[in-house]
Amino acid sequence: MIPIEVSNLKKHYGKVKAVDEISFTVSEGEVFGLLGPNGAGKTTAIEILEGLRKKDAGSIRVLDMDPWEDGYKLHRRIGVIPQGFTFFEKTSPREAIIYYADLFGIKTDPDEILKLVLLEDSGTTLFENLSGGQKQKTGLALSLVNSPDLLFLDEPTTGLDPSARRAMWEVIRGLKAKGKTIILTTHYLDEAQQLSDRVAIMNHGHIVAMGTSDEIIRQHGSGERLEIQGSEELADFLRANTEHNVEFSNGVISMPLKHKTDALAALEAVARSKLEWGEIRTQRDSLDDVFVKLVSGAVDERGEITTESD
Amino acid sequence: MSSGRRIIADFIVYSRGYIRNRYGLFFGLVFPVILILIFGAIFSGSSGAVTVYVQNQDTSSTGLATQFVSALNSSGTIKVKMVTLSENLSNYLADHSASDGIIIPANFSANYYAARHVVVIVYGDPASTSSSIVFGTVSGVANLYNLELFNGSTIIDPEKTTVNTQQTKYIDFLIPGLIGFSILVSPMFSLVNVSSEYKKTKLFKQLSLTPLTKMEWLTSKVLWYIVLSAASFLLMVAVGVLAYGAHITLTLWLLPFLILGPTLFAALGMLVGTVTKEPETAGVIGNIVTFPMMFLSGTFFPISIMPHYLQTIAHVLPLFYVIEGLNNVMVYGNITNALVDVAVIVVITVVVFAAAVKLFRWRED
Repeated sequence: MIPIEVSNLKKHYGKVKAVDEISFTVSEGEVFGLLGPNGAGKTTAIEILEGLRKKDAGSIRVLDMDPWEDGYKLHRRIGVIPQGFTFFEKTSPREAIIYYADLFGIKTDPDEILKLVLLEDSGTTLFENLSGGQKQKTGLALSLVNSPDLLFLDEPTTGLDPSARRAMWEVIRGLKAKGKTIILTTHYLDEAQQLSDRVAIMNHGHIVAMGTSDEIIRQHGSGERLEIQGSEELADFLRANTEHNVEFSNGVISMPLKHKTDALAALEAVARSKLEWGEIRTQRDSLDDVFVKLVSGAVDERGEITTESD
Repeated sequence: MSSGRRIIADFIVYSRGYIRNRYGLFFGLVFPVILILIFGAIFSGSSGAVTVYVQNQDTSSTGLATQFVSALNSSGTIKVKMVTLSENLSNYLADHSASDGIIIPANFSANYYAARHVVVIVYGDPASTSSSIVFGTVSGVANLYNLELFNGSTIIDPEKTTVNTQQTKYIDFLIPGLIGFSILVSPMFSLVNVSSEYKKTKLFKQLSLTPLTKMEWLTSKVLWYIVLSAASFLLMVAVGVLAYGAHITLTLWLLPFLILGPTLFAALGMLVGTVTKEPETAGVIGNIVTFPMMFLSGTFFPISIMPHYLQTIAHVLPLFYVIEGLNNVMVYGNITNALVDVAVIVVITVVVFAAAVKLFRWRED
């Protein structure tokens, strides 16, 4: 069985197309990352999959159930950390786990779960006194109480400091190693890259790219480029004497390479020009570059797009 | 069965959180007791003199009876109020919820000057300390008169008569009123706050991902506020009786009010919290619903002292029926009237509870 199947999912709020015709599947044991800036529609999409929101159109199957209609049944089999997880302030993680076990009617060892999420030292601290990272780990602990095979993590590390984020990654990797299927949303590129087998980049309600990092770079990146430190004069010379699309900025001449041998022709032209030149290297787009290109800007700590390009 | 287990689990988590939050306990348990002490002190122990209704049947011209009455009045321990001859004193006492009265007989001065035995009837409640004060005062004054002319042989003879009218004091009204107050305030404010906060912080969404149903959630809140109201009730009764000697009848007939009251106001708080969007708005609406009810339902004083139009308003407030019912059971012992109040409360509770459960959403569309 395929844990998650989504096709042409649509959710509009008035004129705002929060989720607009997206399709994807998540296979068993896979970590699938929904990456995008705030307002891209990640949370709306994931909440529809969790059965917390109703879809407008499209078809979704989660563990072969309709999440909205069969929500009560589905919730016994999935684990969820909602975005901005909070809990009863005067309750400790340990008490919270026991509470959830009682609600699910499950016998559980709270210490084992605390250990799994690296929270054994703060098991009896009241929720209000926990750090941001410990609170998120509490959320993760609660999502594991019913031993689900499918986990939904909605921005599990937003607002955490770098070391807390890394600790959280550690825990999530551990869960992946246990064979759990995980769908996570994030606006941190490194997080998506570090944890996911496959990534879908969302923007304005659409999936603009999907696949492994390499696949996305291959499809949407610029390919390999030759970069040479040199003057504008050299750039003009290369433009006149080669068939490449030569660009120049900040003392760096850049030209795309269709074939490896294009580099030899270019370097031969450089030698013929008798002009000064410096460092030579070949370069390809990182996922970062592709992401900036696809969402028309970089994304800051809080998930907002910072630099709109023209 | 599993529903019961979930209600208990939720009850434990909620009550533990409530107890750990000292503000909640203060407002739930300590604050009403402080109100009893304050209002009780303001209205009870003012002058110390006991009001006594005196009927002077001696119309002779000697003035002796009038003298005797003014001697009683100047004792400082009792305050005399004259009752006209047309009244029947024991009925008059009943009508005024009073138990202390004195009858000076028609042959008072004639017998006194003739050194014939004359009986002064003193009405009183044997269980009440005020009645012993009255009897002691009358005996003292009578002794003076006996000494003056007859060397102390008993001519004027005070005689106790028991009066069955229970003397109702302000504190007797205050305790049911403040029990009503605590039945209203704790569940109402908490549920307005909790239901709007949980919506904002998405805790309801979080809970909707567990097998807990919203009905079970609300039930566990109602159970907790019944427990809290019962604890508050016992505390207030104990303080009222020990500090002010309140007359309170404790019967099983109080149970319907202690159970239905918190249910009604928890559901009402839930309803307010659930139909408003922001916690701030919910707080304002909650106050608009709560405060008039708090002051106009007979909480701090009997509504009979309010102008007529306010009494009419009081009759549409749910809390009025809770307090009236508590008064009927605890003060008047009038179970028939209390049952009418129970019936009214049941109807309001069913309507409010159903509306709260219907409008309350775990998830959004």
